[in-house]
Amino acid sequence: MANDHDGTNPRAGTTVEKYGEHNQPTAGTAVVSSDSVQNPGFEPFRARVADLDPAVARAQERRVSAWFVLSIIGSVFAIVAYIIFPIDGTPGSIRNNNFFLGIGIALALLAVGFGAVHWSKSLMDGHDLVEQRHGTRGTDATREKAIEVFELGNKESGFGRRTLIRRTLIGALVVSPLPAVVLFRDLAPAENPVPLLKQTMWAKGVRLTRDPSGTPIKASDVTLGSAFHVIPDGLNESEHKLEEKAKAAVLLMRLKPQDLHVSAGREDWNYDGIIAYSKICTHVGCPVALYEQQTHHLLCPCHQSQFDITHEAQVIFGPAKRPLPQLPITVDSEGYLIARSDFTEPVGPSFWERKL
Amino acid sequence: MSTSTDERPATSELEPTRGQRFTGWAANYVDERTSISGLVKELGRKIFPDHWSFMLGEVALYSFIVILLSGTFMTFFFQASMVPVLYDGSYVPLKGIEMSAAMASTLDLSFDIRGGLLMRQVHHWAALLFVASIGLHMLRIFFTGAFRKPREINWVIGFLLFILAMAEGFTGYSLPDDLLSGNGLRIIDGLVKGIPIIGTWISYLLFGGEFPGEDVVGRFYVLHILLLPAILVAALGVHMLLLVINKHTQFAVPGRTNDNVVGVPIMPVFAAKAGGFFFIIFGVIVLIASLFQINPIWTYGPYDPSPVSAGTQPDWYIGFADGALRLVPPGWELELGPFTLSLNVFIPVVVLGLFIVVVAIYPFIEAWITGDKREHHIADRPRNAPTRTAIGAAGVSFYAVMWAAASSDLIATHFKLSIENVTHVIQALLILGPIIAYIVTKRVCLALQKKDREIALHGYESGRIVRLPGGEYIEVHEQLDEYERWKLVSYEDYKPLMLRPNAKGRITAGERLRARASNWFFEDRIAPVTRTDIEKPGHGEH
Repeated sequence: MANDHDGTNPRAGTTVEKYGEHNQPTAGTAVVSSDSVQNPGFEPFRARVADLDPAVARAQERRVSAWFVLSIIGSVFAIVAYIIFPIDGTPGSIRNNNFFLGIGIALALLAVGFGAVHWSKSLMDGHDLVEQRHGTRGTDATREKAIEVFELGNKESGFGRRTLIRRTLIGALVVSPLPAVVLFRDLAPAENPVPLLKQTMWAKGVRLTRDPSGTPIKASDVTLGSAFHVIPDGLNESEHKLEEKAKAAVLLMRLKPQDLHVSAGREDWNYDGIIAYSKICTHVGCPVALYEQQTHHLLCPCHQSQFDITHEAQVIFGPAKRPLPQLPITVDSEGYLIARSDFTEPVGPSFWERKL
Repeated sequence: MSTSTDERPATSELEPTRGQRFTGWAANYVDERTSISGLVKELGRKIFPDHWSFMLGEVALYSFIVILLSGTFMTFFFQASMVPVLYDGSYVPLKGIEMSAAMASTLDLSFDIRGGLLMRQVHHWAALLFVASIGLHMLRIFFTGAFRKPREINWVIGFLLFILAMAEGFTGYSLPDDLLSGNGLRIIDGLVKGIPIIGTWISYLLFGGEFPGEDVVGRFYVLHILLLPAILVAALGVHMLLLVINKHTQFAVPGRTNDNVVGVPIMPVFAAKAGGFFFIIFGVIVLIASLFQINPIWTYGPYDPSPVSAGTQPDWYIGFADGALRLVPPGWELELGPFTLSLNVFIPVVVLGLFIVVVAIYPFIEAWITGDKREHHIADRPRNAPTRTAIGAAGVSFYAVMWAAASSDLIATHFKLSIENVTHVIQALLILGPIIAYIVTKRVCLALQKKDREIALHGYESGRIVRLPGGEYIEVHEQLDEYERWKLVSYEDYKPLMLRPNAKGRITAGERLRARASNWFFEDRIAPVTRTDIEKPGHGEH
C-alpha cells in the first residue's frame, strides 16, 4: 500500500521507514504516491445473534455439545464395528470391516472438528485483534552486539589472525566427509555393471519357452498371426530369476515371410517367418507388451513408443530411438525353437557405455 | 461479548475448585522447571489473519500428521524385504504365487489385519492430499506475492518440502513391490541409466546390482520412514518457525496495513478453529478411505519384468515427469564415438530440473527485477501484479500440459482418437499453452484492474433509470462506501526502471538487462486510483 510509505498516514507508518537511511536506493521502481487513497480504518464490528440473544447462545452451546457427543458415539461405533465385522479373507468381509470401521472413525473425527469450529465461530469472542509488526531485522543495538560477539570470538581465538590454523581446519573439514562417500561403494557388488548389461541368458541352443510356464515351443505351434511371450529355458530355475527375466524377455510372432524386410546378415535370424524380438523397450525399459496383429506394430504402454515388426522393429513413433534387438532363432532336431546365439547388442534402455 | 450473556456466576470469584487447584499446581510445577510461561505469553495471543486460502497450508500440515499416524501403524506389519516367498494368506487368487516378502506382508496387512486395509487407504489418500495441498498452497503464495521479502527463504524451504513430499510419495509407492510399482522402478532405472557418464553406475549402486535386485525395497524403506521424514520434519519446523517470526500475510482489508496483523488470537479462537480443522481433515481422509478403494495391489499381482497392463497411471504428482518422457519426439539419441547419449531421457530430466529451479528461485528473480527491498506483508490480489500472475499461469499450463501427457493413452482410448494425434497436439500445447496462458492472463488482469478502477471511481450500475427534465435518460450509479473502495484501490504501484549510470558513471550490462526486465514487468500498468481522482468533479454522475 503505497500510502503506507509516504509518512503522512498516521495510522499506517511503515516498517521500512524506521530504517529510512537504509532504504534510500531500495524502493526500487515502486511509485510512492502522496496522493493515494487513505486507509479508512476498521469496519464497524457486527455482532452475531448469539452475542445479542442469550437464548441463541445457549442453543449454540447445546449444538456444540451435541457434536462432541456424536463423536463419542462414532468412536464407540468404530470399536463395535472392529469386533462385529471380523475378516475371513472374503472380499465381502473385508469391505464391511473397512467400511464400518472407517465410517465410525470418520464420524468420531469429523464431529470433534465440526463441534470445535462451530464453537469458535458462534460463541468465542468474534472481535479481530490487532498486533503491530516490527521490522524483521534486529535493531541496530542488537546487531552491534552480535558483531561484537563475533569480533570477540575472533580476537580470543585468533581465527582470523592465525591463517595456518584456519586453512588447515577448513581443509580437514572439507576432506573429512570423503570416507563417507567411499563407504557407499559397496552398495553394489564389486564387478563392473557394463558387461552384465551386455549379456543375457540366451545362448546358442537355448530353447524358447513359454512365459511363465517354461514349456518349450515347437515351430509348428506358432501359427500365422499368433504371438508368444517367451523366456529362455531354465529361467524359472535360475538364481537371479527377475534380473535375468528383465533382460531376456522376448516376444515371438509369426508373419508371412514375404512381409518381412530382412536386412543383410539377418537372413537366417528368422525361421520361416517366425521372429523373436526383445520385449524390453529401448526407451526406459518397460515391457513392450502390446502386439497389434493387423499392422504388425508393437506398442509400449508406458510411453507409447511403437515398433514396426515388418521392418525389424524400427521405431515408427514415440520417444524410443533404437529398434528392439532381434534374437536370432532356428529349430533343433525335435522341431523346438532355439536361439542361435545371445542378442547381438545390449537390450533395454540405452546407457552411456552401451557401444563400448 | 459472549461472557456477558452467560448468567452463571464467574467461578473465579469463588473458592477455587479442586480442578482449578490442580491446574494451578500443575502449571506452576511445569513452569518452575521449564519457564514455559514465557513461551505462552509470547505465543498464546499471537494473531492469525483469516482468509479461506490461508487454510491450504493447514491442509498440508494436517494431512502430514495423518500420514505419520497411519504410516506408523503399517510399520508394525510391513516387511521391507524382497526375499521371494510363496503367498499363503487369505486372498485366494494369489495363493501359492511366488512374490517378495514386501508384497506378501502388504497383502497380509490388507486381508488379514482388521483395519489394515483402512490404514493403507488412509495413508495413500492422505499422501495424495498432502502433495496436492502443498501444490495449491504454493500457488496461493505465488499468486498473492507472499514470497516477497522477508519470506523468500521460507518459500525455498516450502519448495524443499514439496520436493520431499514427492520423494516420500515415490519411495512409498515402490514399497509394496507389486507390478505397478515395479514398473515405476523400471522407468526410474531407465531414467537413471540415461544420465551421461555416471548413469549406469548410479543405477547399479541404487539397486545393489542389476535391476531389480533384492535391495531396493529395503533401501527405499529406510528413505521413506527414516531419512526423508527426518529431513521433512526438520524443514517443516523451520517453516513454522519462520511463519511465527515473519507473522502471516494478510489481504488489504480496511484497517489492515503493512505494519499490523489483524485477526484472531491463537488462544482460544485460532486454536479451536485450527484444531477443529485438523479433525475435519483427518475425518474426511478416513471417510474417503472407507468409501473409495485405492491402489488394489492384489489385482496387479507381484512384480514381474515381463507383463504390464495398458492404461496404467502413476500417482498424480509423478504424472508431470512421466508426461515429459512421453512428449519427446522420436530419434533423440546420439552416439558420441563409443558412448551413447540418451537425449530422449536426459533432456526431459534437464527441462524438469530447470523448471523446478526457476520455481525455487523465483522470489529472488522478481526481487532483482523490481529492485524492491521493502518488507511486504499485504498479500497482492493476483490481478494487481499482472506480469507475475501471467508468469504463474504460464508455469501452471506448462505443468498441466505435461501432466495431461501422462494420460495421453487414456485420452486417446476414451475419446477414440489416435495416440499419434493426441501426442502431437500435446507436444504443440507444451510450447503454445504457456504462451497463450501468459498473454490471456495478463490481458485479463489488466482488464480486471480497469474494471476495479472504473467501479472505484464511478460506482456500480444501480439499474435505476432516471429521466432528466430535458428528456435524457440516465442510469444512476451507486457509489461504493470507503470500505468497499479500499479493497479496490489499495495496491502497490510500480513503474519501469530508468536506465541510469552507476556511481562510476557506467551503465553495466547487468543494469541494462534489469532495465529491460523491469520494462517487461511493469510496462503495462493500471495506476491505482488516487485521492485527486476521486475528488475530481464529474465523477459519480452519469
